[in-house]
Amino acid sequence: MATQLVFDTIGKEFPGVRALDGVSFSAQGGAVHALMGENGAGKSTLLKILSGAYTPTAGALVIDGQRHVFTHTADAIAAGVAVIYQELHLVAEMSVAENLFLGHLPARGGVVDRGQLRTDALSALAWVGEEIDPGTKVGHLPIAQRQLVEIAKALTHGARVIAFDEPTSSLSSREVERLFAVIRDLKARGHVILYVTHRMDEVFAICDAVTVLRDGRHIRTFDAMTDLTVDDIIRSMVGRDLTNVFNYTPRPHGSAGLEIVAFTGSGLSAPISLTVQQGEILGIFGLVGAGRSELLRLIYGAEARAGGILKITGQPLALNTPREAIAAGLVFCPEDRKRDGIVPVRPIHENINISARRHHAHGGFVINGRWERANAAKHIAALSVKTPSADTPIINLSGGNQQKVILARWLSEDIKVIMLDEPTRGIDVGAKSEIYAIIQQLAARGVAVLFVSSELPEVLGLADRVLVMRGGALSGEFNRSDATEERVLKAALP
Amino acid sequence: MSHQVSPFRIFWERAGMLVVFAVLFTVCAVAVPGFRSGANMEGLLLSVSTIGIIACTMLFCLASGAFDLSVGSVVACVGVVTAVVTNRTDSVALGIGAGLGVGALVGLVNGVLIAKAGINALIATLATMQIVRGLGYLVSDGRAVGVVREEFFTLGNSSLLGLPTPVWICLGCFVLFGFLIERTTFGRNTLALGGNAEAARLAGISVDRLKITIFTLQGLLSAVAGIVLASRMTSGQPTVAQGLELDVISACVLGGVSLNGGIGKISYVVAGVLIMGTVRNAMNLLNVPTFYQYIASGLILLAAVGFDRLKQRGAGR
Repeated sequence: MATQLVFDTIGKEFPGVRALDGVSFSAQGGAVHALMGENGAGKSTLLKILSGAYTPTAGALVIDGQRHVFTHTADAIAAGVAVIYQELHLVAEMSVAENLFLGHLPARGGVVDRGQLRTDALSALAWVGEEIDPGTKVGHLPIAQRQLVEIAKALTHGARVIAFDEPTSSLSSREVERLFAVIRDLKARGHVILYVTHRMDEVFAICDAVTVLRDGRHIRTFDAMTDLTVDDIIRSMVGRDLTNVFNYTPRPHGSAGLEIVAFTGSGLSAPISLTVQQGEILGIFGLVGAGRSELLRLIYGAEARAGGILKITGQPLALNTPREAIAAGLVFCPEDRKRDGIVPVRPIHENINISARRHHAHGGFVINGRWERANAAKHIAALSVKTPSADTPIINLSGGNQQKVILARWLSEDIKVIMLDEPTRGIDVGAKSEIYAIIQQLAARGVAVLFVSSELPEVLGLADRVLVMRGGALSGEFNRSDATEERVLKAALP
Repeated sequence: MSHQVSPFRIFWERAGMLVVFAVLFTVCAVAVPGFRSGANMEGLLLSVSTIGIIACTMLFCLASGAFDLSVGSVVACVGVVTAVVTNRTDSVALGIGAGLGVGALVGLVNGVLIAKAGINALIATLATMQIVRGLGYLVSDGRAVGVVREEFFTLGNSSLLGLPTPVWICLGCFVLFGFLIERTTFGRNTLALGGNAEAARLAGISVDRLKITIFTLQGLLSAVAGIVLASRMTSGQPTVAQGLELDVISACVLGGVSLNGGIGKISYVVAGVLIMGTVRNAMNLLNVPTFYQYIASGLILLAAVGFDRLKQRGAGR
């Protein structure tokens, strides 16, 4: 009998952010159901709720008529749900057989029954039609086979709902065919298959229904693929009122602020050249993994570049470290604030002064406490950072206020170029518009702004000019007037 | 704006463990016979001076998110080197210079191994701890090396204004390193490095150079402690200071320095060192057998860390 999975008004709130809002749709067994949306639309959050990694703040999952709210991944496994992530969750140093039955190895009196394990493993692998020696270490298998092992593992747990998160991102076309054969087989057995992807060709090759999410909301479910076009799906993925959040005002542009020529390095598949004028806001759009963050980190000197020339306000510079970049007036706000941006346990004022203090310390060594206090107070007020005091550890602030502190850090320097990687990731709408305002003020002061975002509306709403990256190379350039959601998204999709 | 940080909390964060020390000290003064005597006070301070000196730079190591296990071996090796060089050259100054040089060199090697070769601090300093201990035995031929020049002994055995010179040296280190961590870019960068190394690097802090500086200073101060100790004992002994590294780290953590990096003040170190010394002193006066003293030291450390976690959780609200 075919399984049925219903998402019943699922909601998920994080402090200050509503990631999912009343998402309802159903997926039938015996069909492959595509889940689509831009980055940040809520797909990952929904998968994490399905896998039990997140507990929803509203709503429930209904599997074959039974309501579930998973609070732990073990609950999801017990209910017959498996999520196959891009990064596979297998133990590389253990054998295929051990991985398949990890946590419930066949044992007699506490001693693993090797013979039974091998027999069970062979039959589990037969479900995915794979001929792998169960004794092989998982680490020795190619990605495609590991993925099949993971599917087999899900089946040994009795999974009836199997979700795939971009399963083909690192497979060759032959391996994709192999995976599709396995998925079709799972479908024939009446399982519910959810398939998260950005690739339109795959949607039309293997899926039987499509659900589109946007901004954490369910936008539309197409129950049949007949008469459905790529444009129909893209139209549902985009489209939204942009005008109010951005408050975009055109600015005059000066001469070249940042200029890079033929940049190469890890994460880039082709040399990249670009110029940002003083006072210009250049937005780079692309899907996750398109090489955008890598490009910014190469420019900043956070990673060593293989080649290329960098000029700031026309001056060629040999920058090799972030310190040199900052000294030249080139600064960077990283994507993952918690990992790369903030010093969590230290107070706000130290997070603001961490860089600029070296120019103000007496003899470059003894802290100028008065300047530091005043500088922190000035920026906390100017950027309206919401905090009880400048001594509060930055980790206690919301994402938006943390980002303002990082901006304050760079406003304390004499900057010519600012690069921002996902400037509003994990930030609620109110704080977003404040961040956009700060970015535009910077540009109005003549700073060259280069930012990267996977949120299409953000790129279109804020940028004077849009570059698109795909697979580590530039794949499109649009002036603000020509940059429509459809065009930009098309240039970004593989 | 929503609420002000209460003055009590600020005071507690700055000096909480000093208050604990004050209470402990009062209790001992009342309850432990002989604790209050001048001779005992002097003995207590003298006994913590070695740990106190080294703890000043261990504060920096811990604050930067690392630690140094080689300090005990450096104390022993430097004592021996100082004694040998003093005897050979008949110059106390050369002996002390050689000792300081050896300490700084070991620290430099630790720093380079950690910053440039990317070896983690546990392994790097565990290795140098054994190597340096071995070198100490080699240089001294495994025996205590008595120093011939008597002026060398004044360093460890003289007094100034009623306090032993080693205690003054320790106090001087507290003041100097307290200033360095609180009031200089070096100290603040160290805390930022320990709080988030990648964020510090992206904010333009020269992380590698900073690590090397910290470890070199750690070696240098361990050498200072080693020289003072040799002077007190009138000889360089290759067997001394076994396990000292753990005492120093315990004292820092006891006072509230975070093992995860990013949090540390000199007041924490002072409190930790004094609490540890007081407890040991009181146990000795009460004739608690050594075996029990070990157990008590372990339990106190656990209690202090548990207390710290409680405080952190409270602050996280």
